[in-house]
Amino acid sequence: MDKARKIVLRGRKVVGGCAEGEALVTRQRISGWGGIDPRSGTVIETRHELKGVSFKGKVLVFPGAKGSSGWSAQFHVARLAGAAPIAMVFNEMTTKIALGAVVAHAPSVTDFDQDPLQIIETGDWVKVDGDRGIVEVTKKA
Amino acid sequence: MKLTDQEQAMLDGRDGKAKQKAMDLLVRYGEALGAERLVDTRNVCGTLGASTPFLRQYGQSRGGLDAVFSEFNLDSTEVVEIPKVAVFSSHLQHGIDPEHAERQGVPVEVVKLHRKGEAWAAGLGVQLLNTCAPYTVGNVPTRGEHCAWMESSAVIYINSVLGARTNAEGRESTGSAMLTGKIPYWGYHIEENRLGTHLVELDLDVQSTADWGLLGYYIGEVVQDRVPVVTGVREVPNLARLKHFGAAAASSGGVEMYHLAGITPEAPSLEAAFGKNRPVEKFRYGRAERRIAYEAANVTAKSPNVDFIMLGCPHYTIEQIWELCKLLEGKKLSPNTEMWIFTPRQTKHLADQNGYTKIITDAGAHLMSDTCSAMGRLIPKGAKVAAADSVKQAHYLPAIMGIECWFGTTADCVDAAVSGRWSGGID
Repeated sequence: MDKARKIVLRGRKVVGGCAEGEALVTRQRISGWGGIDPRSGTVIETRHELKGVSFKGKVLVFPGAKGSSGWSAQFHVARLAGAAPIAMVFNEMTTKIALGAVVAHAPSVTDFDQDPLQIIETGDWVKVDGDRGIVEVTKKA
Repeated sequence: MKLTDQEQAMLDGRDGKAKQKAMDLLVRYGEALGAERLVDTRNVCGTLGASTPFLRQYGQSRGGLDAVFSEFNLDSTEVVEIPKVAVFSSHLQHGIDPEHAERQGVPVEVVKLHRKGEAWAAGLGVQLLNTCAPYTVGNVPTRGEHCAWMESSAVIYINSVLGARTNAEGRESTGSAMLTGKIPYWGYHIEENRLGTHLVELDLDVQSTADWGLLGYYIGEVVQDRVPVVTGVREVPNLARLKHFGAAAASSGGVEMYHLAGITPEAPSLEAAFGKNRPVEKFRYGRAERRIAYEAANVTAKSPNVDFIMLGCPHYTIEQIWELCKLLEGKKLSPNTEMWIFTPRQTKHLADQNGYTKIITDAGAHLMSDTCSAMGRLIPKGAKVAAADSVKQAHYLPAIMGIECWFGTTADCVDAAVSGRWSGGID
């Protein structure tokens, strides 16, 4: 693989572990309860840019969480249904997202030295090392 | 994270397996947040419900309610025996109203399971308040009291209007807090995080409950999860108005704390509301902004042929039921509509006693408790076009049930229930 196309972001561990996969990027915050269908991992919020798109098996890159405090429970069910994101990369820490990432058992990183929303695009290959707080991005061809 | 000796002992398993699992979740969660320590809490509001299809199936295949609590309230795959709660713990709204199960389309076996779950929770010492608005039925935290509550509309209410201290907790963190009396000391538990960040200047008189909902919806969209300070409120709003305002702000954004300058307890003045902060943004709210919020709340509504009216999001207060009855008394619903009104079980008793339930029933509507349409995915069979006087319900119900939903005043909703047609609007 072409080394020049790799970008490394450094942040802080939220949930440990490693996972890699295709990125799904949104600039809009995500609602848990009433915002996603946890059994398919699909965003259902009426005015959301990802409405109808599933994060199942993706590295979810987003600003943060919003809405109901049922956030964690929805991502919890998504994990048990096999529909959770495999990793999370986000900017804004809230109790919803912290608890949601923990119970989704998804390696997660925040507090980056560069804005992941400026660098990562949907379809890029992203490797998340939760323990070291490192996110490695390979831009899609 | 720094733990006290007592917390460390719980984590080491001295107080049993369930508390060990609870402490383990709180430590993982606290570290994810970047919290330095835990804080004691003696007031927890959460949910233990196991009646949704997914949880029902989970409980049945893994050995019952201990298994559901272990997984969904403690994030423990290992099934542990759940002891009685350690601190005052209240149950939020459920997925069904067992007294109206048939009308809600809930099968008898689900009601049986639900009642079993309720008895189990009561046996643990959990208060069956069964509402999204515990602060309307006796759970009124004191200013400065550290709480661990979930339900975004209740969180924003007790933080902002009562001056209690909680973050928007989740099912797992409140489950763990019930058993340990601990929650991460982070966010709105800390004084400086409660100060205002955004200034909102009102350019119009915000009067009705629906108007307060629109204001909240607009502000939440702009400030997302920050702390707005509203100035220019001419008339002190009542509980219902602030209930709808907060619920809306927590739906379009993630607002958990706000100040009304000169009105709410931590904002005796505009200066006090911001403290050492300078507003990062200032914006006005006038007729144009109100219209934007109104159109956003009505974005799914197309057909004027309303067949379902949903009231009571968050759960109606007795004052709102009284107001509704003044609009409804002596009228009959259209044969093409159903009207469901949701309120806490305690408030339902009061409505029965005051004769309101009879007025509602005589009109052909139904007063329900314990749940709501969005929460329980409960609508009349075949309903396609709903109407609500709650921006929060209009925001969530179409997404969850795939139906249209109008938003307007309570009077607009009553008109639609009687005529079967939506004729609401704003100037």
